[in-house]
Amino acid sequence: MEAFWAGFAQKFTMAFITGDRWKLYLKGMGTTLELTACALIIGVVLGVLVAVIRSAHDQQRPGKRNFALGAVNLLCKLYTTVIRGTPMLVQLLIWGYVIFKSSRNRFFVGMLGLGINSGAYVAEIVRGGLMSVDIGQSEAGRSLGLNYMDTMRFIVIPQAFKNILPALGNEFIVLFKDTSLVSYVGAAEVLYYANAVGSKTYEYMFPLIGAAVMYLVFCIVLTWLQGKLERRLRESDRR
Amino acid sequence: MIDVKNLSKSFGDHLVLSGIDQHIYPGEKVVIIGPSGSGKSTFLRCLNLLETPSAGTITFEGTVITDPKVNIDQIRQRMGMVFQHFNLFPNMTIRKNITLAPVRTGLMKQEEADAAASALLERVGLTDKAEAYPNQLSGGQKQRVAIVRALAMKPKVMLFDEPTSALDPEMVGEVLEVMKDLAREGMTMVVVTHEMGFAREVGSRVLFMDGGGVVEENTPQELFSAPKSERLRSFLAKVL
Repeated sequence: MEAFWAGFAQKFTMAFITGDRWKLYLKGMGTTLELTACALIIGVVLGVLVAVIRSAHDQQRPGKRNFALGAVNLLCKLYTTVIRGTPMLVQLLIWGYVIFKSSRNRFFVGMLGLGINSGAYVAEIVRGGLMSVDIGQSEAGRSLGLNYMDTMRFIVIPQAFKNILPALGNEFIVLFKDTSLVSYVGAAEVLYYANAVGSKTYEYMFPLIGAAVMYLVFCIVLTWLQGKLERRLRESDRR
Repeated sequence: MIDVKNLSKSFGDHLVLSGIDQHIYPGEKVVIIGPSGSGKSTFLRCLNLLETPSAGTITFEGTVITDPKVNIDQIRQRMGMVFQHFNLFPNMTIRKNITLAPVRTGLMKQEEADAAASALLERVGLTDKAEAYPNQLSGGQKQRVAIVRALAMKPKVMLFDEPTSALDPEMVGEVLEVMKDLAREGMTMVVVTHEMGFAREVGSRVLFMDGGGVVEENTPQELFSAPKSERLRSFLAKVL
């Protein structure tokens, strides 16, 4: 029994203490968070753009079809179909080993792959949100002489945002965990370092469990923050 | 002011409006009555192109607005509209509801619009609600705000789409009062309503619609006391 605990302690020390290895995990988590934030920004910008283009296309007045908008809409449809129809890992590998095979900046490659993937899902979430706002709201905006963009910006999108917050929060949490896939294209995030420590010490249990615990803690914090934000937005309803 | 020629609208195979010809003169108060499904709301919504007509032309102050090249936003800035379900923006204060359009369309600066909003709210007795949110208001209050929100754009004509149909009976009066005020000031109005008392008192012309067309039109006195068509007689017998 004593031997077991001694081995336990020794493996733990090897995984986290020796050579200040715990700093590697923290460094990796820093990269993971940066990746999440950057990919989230790309995803939300892309997603909102695609969603607005697609609903603008669907809400055109009959007889006033805009050819350019039709073409862009088709492109957007292609984008969401391809991205949502292929596995994230395959996409990342294509980004890393086909499109940017000679790029040394693996963080950038991972960020791009994640962001573009997330954008397709955010686009569908946002589109659902835009459709969930009562049509009377945009009719009222347009009847006052506001143009389509102003009506979206001041009236529809703020209301849609509240409706899609739970789905968007989930997407955010999924994205955070999916950053671990980026280790496959060589970006140095948490899993990458956990793997590195494991392969160096021939002991994978502690590094991997350590990484898992870090993901879990952040997910719990994110979920808590999401709940808090939702409660706050709900309160403004009853004002 | 508004000239409608041969206006038709169909949703798929269903013909809702068939060949309507109408002219609305400045200062007129046109009240449209008729059974549900007669096309009266669709007709009203065609006037500011919330519904796109399938055929025919609508001319507003000399501009053919059914022409796809026309900037419809600029046209709508001069046509106010009030909806059955108010459609106030729940994410903004009452003041913001009123000032958003005048400011964004460049009609007024924010300070001017704020002053205009205060004046308009005072006019409908809701000065103390300026900083409230729509959800804190009663139905009648909401509809009064919706009316002044449209008025803030200084429209030439006001379109009302069953403005009292979604209200509790005791709140109908306060909204009609505001509309009567507006009529007295000489605003051109097109009102779709089930309030026959309002039609009789305020209307300068009443249109009775059924089956996608105008069956009968006349001054309210004539129309209500001497209906010519059998369809209008049976309609009036049920609602009066």
